Amino acid sequence: MLQEESDLSLIIAQIVQKLKGSNLYAQLERQAWGSWEKRILKSLNSMCTELSIPLARKRPVGEQKELLNKWNEMGTDEPDLSLFRPVYAPKDFLEVLINLRNPNYENGDSLSFRTHLGLIQVPLKVKDIPELKECFAELGLNTGQLGIDDSTQVPPELFENEHVRIGQKVLAEQDSAAAQQYIRQGSPTALRAELWALILNISSQPEDILYYEQLKMNVIQHDLLVDSLIYKDVKLTASNDDYYFVFEDYLYQVLLCFSRDTSVLGHFAYNSASPPKSYIRGKLGLEEYAVFYPPNGVIPFHGFSMYVAPLCFLYHEPYKLYQIFREMYVRFFFRLHSISSHPSGIVSLCLLFETLLQTYLPQLFYHLREIGAQPLRISFKWMVRAFSGYLATDQLLLLWDRILGYNSLEILAVLAAAVFAFRAVNLMEVTSLAAAEAVLADLSTLKVMPLLQIFLFATVT
Amino acid sequence: MSRVPVPCHVKGTVTLQVGDVRTSQGRPGVLVIDVTFPSVSPFELQEITFKNYYTAFLSIRVRQHASTHSPAKWVTCLRDYCLMPDPHSEEGAQEYVSLFKHQMLCDMTRVLELRLILRQPSPLWLSFTVEELQIYQQGPKSPSMTFPKWLSHPVPCEQPIPLLEGLPDPSRVSSEVQQMWALTEMIRASNTSTRIGRFDVDGCYDLNLLSYT
Repeated sequence: MLQEESDLSLIIAQIVQKLKGSNLYAQLERQAWGSWEKRILKSLNSMCTELSIPLARKRPVGEQKELLNKWNEMGTDEPDLSLFRPVYAPKDFLEVLINLRNPNYENGDSLSFRTHLGLIQVPLKVKDIPELKECFAELGLNTGQLGIDDSTQVPPELFENEHVRIGQKVLAEQDSAAAQQYIRQGSPTALRAELWALILNISSQPEDILYYEQLKMNVIQHDLLVDSLIYKDVKLTASNDDYYFVFEDYLYQVLLCFSRDTSVLGHFAYNSASPPKSYIRGKLGLEEYAVFYPPNGVIPFHGFSMYVAPLCFLYHEPYKLYQIFREMYVRFFFRLHSISSHPSGIVSLCLLFETLLQTYLPQLFYHLREIGAQPLRISFKWMVRAFSGYLATDQLLLLWDRILGYNSLEILAVLAAAVFAFRAVNLMEVTSLAAAEAVLADLSTLKVMPLLQIFLFATVT
Repeated sequence: MSRVPVPCHVKGTVTLQVGDVRTSQGRPGVLVIDVTFPSVSPFELQEITFKNYYTAFLSIRVRQHASTHSPAKWVTCLRDYCLMPDPHSEEGAQEYVSLFKHQMLCDMTRVLELRLILRQPSPLWLSFTVEELQIYQQGPKSPSMTFPKWLSHPVPCEQPIPLLEGLPDPSRVSSEVQQMWALTEMIRASNTSTRIGRFDVDGCYDLNLLSYT
């Protein structure tokens, strides 16, 4: 598998020679992504042939009835999933990103001012701290924040009461733009579910409930291989988590329906990826029998269910939970596992993290590099999951408030750098990657907003 | 506004460099592209389109007749137009660009020849140029229409007829009917590609393997 990636640069160089002057940048995206997509398809196909399980089949009537009966307690099922393996994990994806190269970029073999000292070698434009300060102005020291100014030592009259009152007013007015501006300072717990729905433009109409019921029927009627991958992922990640294991059944109800939702295909219009294709059995090559697989075009990877788990704290009706998750996915989360040059795409986030660390914590960056612990190797998994499963849930929800408020994922990279800054003293003393991982293994005690505020506004540079 | 492409001959790029190209270490940061119009008489330039490839700044000089009988002179019509806000990073590096005559510093009439001067000060890029260069002149004007008299001179409003008992207000009905008509026209005109949620083919979704193509 690694051979494929190292051949990638060679292939690109050869193509440069042949097609000089053509659409290379987009080709870079497509080439890198195309090779990665092919690897995923191969992995899924080999799983099918090894286990002799079809990609999709229609359930017999008896099985349909059985599933319908235990729809609300699918977690009690204990199917044998030992032979299934996740299609890919975040660290495999990181290897692909590390090997992204621009053929027109002077890399050179010798170290020079041009070499990127981090893992990402693509020269995308990322913000520095002065620009981030301007962008995230509402997180400044002079503005009240939930997550800081609502702690027990601060009397609520100073900020919290007024903030809650404004939040109620915003909800009463049903003003989506105002809600987005308001939530930059955090959302009170009681108002969060409604505020997120308002910002994401989710209003549960009867047709939405009907749509969800239709998806549920699709799950009952057809059995997909992807379902087993989802089961396995939930069992491996969310079920093992102290905060989220209670929501196991909800996760199945959302993720299985998500796989059947063809409206998600719409997001491929602005995503550089393309959905995998297949043909009805026996009709290989006939276009009228070509379908997308899974129906929503998204193959889940290891940890995918963690995008849904925190939302279960806010929404209790499955159709509402489903709508919110779907909207969050097509607006934000898809950028965390696809290659693009978008400022909120994972490549830009990785580069932003590395640049921030290198510029503002140069000694730490240098030290970690010297001991073979490139910082991105540790923080990548946090960013790909938007910190879900790593932070305490109340802190995670405060972070996701800001993602919605600023309509950008850059805050994930800033938080990752802030965490490193916070534990810099310990990290300077470690001598191996494993030790560095150990220092940063447990983030559950961290308070997100003070970390962000100190890193952006209170660090002497 | 309609536009018509002008057939042009784009000469190869010429690098400008101090000293000998072979022996000097650095990369040339300035390129010149000449565009001639061998088969076309002097025309009025409307639009220039191209695809950028890592060029940071663009200047354009045009050789034109200042007035009908004076000799042709070179004039700078675009100076240091920024294509990449940060020459060291990817932003703007591969974008499609359109330049219009109103953005130019001079009048673009009676154009004979164009010279594009490309600059890329950053040493990070191996090469830079512009591709798919197209020059446009103004297309034929659409024939002027004379409006029928009743459109340009609307009849003054007559007194509204008194409402008959029990019937809805006719002006409201007519506006509602107009809206409905507009909606049906819109739906008929738009080719809706919205899916109706079906992912199977006639109830069948039996799949074996994924396709690589």
